[in-house]
Amino acid sequence: MFAIPIGIIIVAIFLVLYRVVTGPGVFNRALAANVIGTKTIVLIALIGFFNHRPHFLDIALVYAIINFVGTLAILKYIKTGGVE
Amino acid sequence: MDLLKNVVVIFFLASGCFFILVGAIGVLRFPDFYCRLHSAGKCDTLGQALILVGLILYQGLSLISVKLLFLIIFIFIANPTATHALCKAAYLSGIKPWKKE
Repeated sequence: MFAIPIGIIIVAIFLVLYRVVTGPGVFNRALAANVIGTKTIVLIALIGFFNHRPHFLDIALVYAIINFVGTLAILKYIKTGGVE
Repeated sequence: MDLLKNVVVIFFLASGCFFILVGAIGVLRFPDFYCRLHSAGKCDTLGQALILVGLILYQGLSLISVKLLFLIIFIFIANPTATHALCKAAYLSGIKPWKKE
């Protein structure tokens, strides 16, 4: 029952990957990287439920924080030229 | 009773997957950076929340569903904040909005 949402999310990740490759400028690529990160969070939770091990949620929670902080760090580096 | 729970869970999962797919197509096809921000910030967050609510209903009442609730709350706070930070950084860097000629 969880196989179809997993497949659809993987297809969506590959669609957004096109915007990482093209995408004129650095902001389009940063946006697409953020989108891929948030889709990965849901993917980790679904794969955990698919294998009857729902404890993968802890990893998804940590990766949500990593993705958020990473996006903000990339933006700060673009604006000021240094992460201090 | 089991059948009814499965039907409700499948409904939430299907609508969540629909919004995530539409959001991904939107990031591909919109003509401008600010339009793509709309799609990534709104559709993506809503699709994720629906899928995770479906997983809460599947699990029942336990510690796993409390962790899922924390995940939903964090995604609702963090994803629009990151979108706003992206928009502000792009505007201060001088990216102009797209006008229809």
